Amino acid sequence: MARIRAFENAAEIASQGGVSAYGSSAGAGARVRGPLHLSTGQEAVPAGVCAHLRTDDYLTSTHRGHGHTLAKGADLARMMAELFGKASGSNAGKGGSMHIADFSVGMLGANGVVAAGLPIAVGAAHAQKLQGRDAITACFFGDGAINRGPFLESLNWAQVYGLPLLFVCEDNRWSATTASGPMTAGEGASARADSLGIAGEQVDGNDVLAVDEAAGRLVREVRARRQPRLLHAITYRVKGHVSVDAAAYRDPRELQQALQADPLARARSRFLAQGGDAAVLDAIDREAQEEVARALAAADAAPWPAPEAAFTDVQTTGAGLWR
Amino acid sequence: MAVMSYAQAAALALAHAMEADPRVVVLGEDIGRGGIFGQYQGLQQRFGTDRVIDTPISEATILGAGVGMALAGLRPVVEMRVVDFALCAMDEIVNQAAKNRFMFGGQGRVPLVMRMPVGIWDSSAAQHSQSLESWFAHVPGLVVVCPATPQDNYSLLRAALDCGDPVVYLEHKTLWGLQGEVDVQAREQLGSARTVRPGRHLTLVSWSRQVHACAQACEALAAQGIAAELIDLRSIWPWDRAAVLASCARTGHLLVVHEAVQAAGFGAEIAAAAAEATGCRVRRLGAPRIPVGYSPVLEAQARIQAADIAAAARGMLEQTR
Ligand SMILES: Cc1ncc(C[n+]2csc(CCOP(=O)(O)OP(=O)(O)O)c2C)c(N)n1
Repeated sequence: MARIRAFENAAEIASQGGVSAYGSSAGAGARVRGPLHLSTGQEAVPAGVCAHLRTDDYLTSTHRGHGHTLAKGADLARMMAELFGKASGSNAGKGGSMHIADFSVGMLGANGVVAAGLPIAVGAAHAQKLQGRDAITACFFGDGAINRGPFLESLNWAQVYGLPLLFVCEDNRWSATTASGPMTAGEGASARADSLGIAGEQVDGNDVLAVDEAAGRLVREVRARRQPRLLHAITYRVKGHVSVDAAAYRDPRELQQALQADPLARARSRFLAQGGDAAVLDAIDREAQEEVARALAAADAAPWPAPEAAFTDVQTTGAGLWR
Repeated sequence: MAVMSYAQAAALALAHAMEADPRVVVLGEDIGRGGIFGQYQGLQQRFGTDRVIDTPISEATILGAGVGMALAGLRPVVEMRVVDFALCAMDEIVNQAAKNRFMFGGQGRVPLVMRMPVGIWDSSAAQHSQSLESWFAHVPGLVVVCPATPQDNYSLLRAALDCGDPVVYLEHKTLWGLQGEVDVQAREQLGSARTVRPGRHLTLVSWSRQVHACAQACEALAAQGIAAELIDLRSIWPWDRAAVLASCARTGHLLVVHEAVQAAGFGAEIAAAAAEATGCRVRRLGAPRIPVGYSPVLEAQARIQAADIAAAARGMLEQTR
């Protein structure tokens, strides 16, 4: 959680200084350009879930994927370089924040299209089944995503074929500038999973131990029984939808209340109440800050991609005919 | 006449259409607060939540519901946020909206305006920067409109609402703030081009944001004694064959410029039609066939700049001299 928070705080600062183009992206001049979707306040969900995933398990993510990717074990410095658009980035500068990916740790990509990661996770889990592997797939999606067709299609498919797949609805209450509650009929993700016979569970997504406990149980079930499960984690989007969004449409009291439940602060006070040593936590924070500082310096110093790289990895057959 | 932005012109066009016709309704994600670019600003306060409808993130159903509303007598405007997400509703656009009138023997019509912004959007990478107008031009039944100025965003949106058939309405993601004068009395016919500047040495045809790059290129060319005629097509289906062919017949040279990938782009259609009809020399300038990269270095490879346009025009004329 500390690493995710430190990474995103630094990325947010690095995204400032540009001129924003009508609301969605930090403009030219910023060191981190383009839309930056921060998961500040939501760190307990990826931390609690990914703690139970192995490197050979797969993960798909949303447009808000820094936390998922870091928690899955991705290299922080390569991620920062990617946000800077540098050649040494995890995606060679081609994807940026919204498409952050690290296949070397099974992280199959963040996605710019809401709900698009669900069917991909279904395919990855289906492959694991066909290949007779004991690895599983986890799939993060937002509360807004459950109103798109791919959500229903993916849950149905996973259940019909008996796939080792953990669906994780990271419910932060908002979808861009719209509160998702009034846009969603019924009880939401776990109720919809129930209707398809997929056991679902709700958890306080700001309580890292609660997430850890529930996710641990569900992951063990998915792994052992080769069946899908769903975790509905209730959390809160502390920042605006993208870094340049001040979220003026939101009642400030709602944010104030949510800040009381900050997952890092809660974990800290619990640890101390149980007799833990504050110096241990301070050391974790300091280490995260130092790691991020090194990553920022490396990203700054790294070279830009060669312009010709725009033409690589497009396709093999017939590539390069149309420049 | 008032000066306003491209986004404000669209909101005003909708407001006027909604005042004039109670059948006009708008539906889409985040539009109640004005839309992510302010292109629906003030409409929900003014016309209420029954006529400016905030929807779930459900592109297929937004589009399909628009088709159903249109068949049931409304004149819906549906918001797809960016063209990239309209792909989540491709069946509803191509198999349903476009085919309904024909397939059922003219029993129903689909007066539906589908707004889906196109174009490269700073460092927004491969899934938020596409220009897919030729995909829609290829589908019988669809009208495809690409406004480049605040005036046209007002007039053409009004015309699209009056059209009576499904219209794919493609605003450009970087033009929202562009300011210009808007005459709300002006009426336009879909399918009529606008001659941005006259010239006699070659014809430049473009649409959407690239019209502005072409205008810059024309300045540079003029400084070198080359008089290029610039035509803003404004809609690519129907496209103004008469205006383009007449110009090509006069200049003998056609350069079509678009932001979309050049291969299988709409420039090929125009170039072929002009060459067939007038025997003029033709050339196209579009993006290479690559996804748009995130890093500014990579993104630049997909951009068409005024200097590229001027160089292509000069190169073309030098070949014939
Ligand atoms: C298919 C599609 N529709 C719309 C969008 C624009 N969009 C990006 S994120 C977002 C909100 C998503 O809400 P949610 O799934 O709850 O995730 P959160 O942003 O809250 O993490 C929207 C509407 C998109 N990227 N893809």
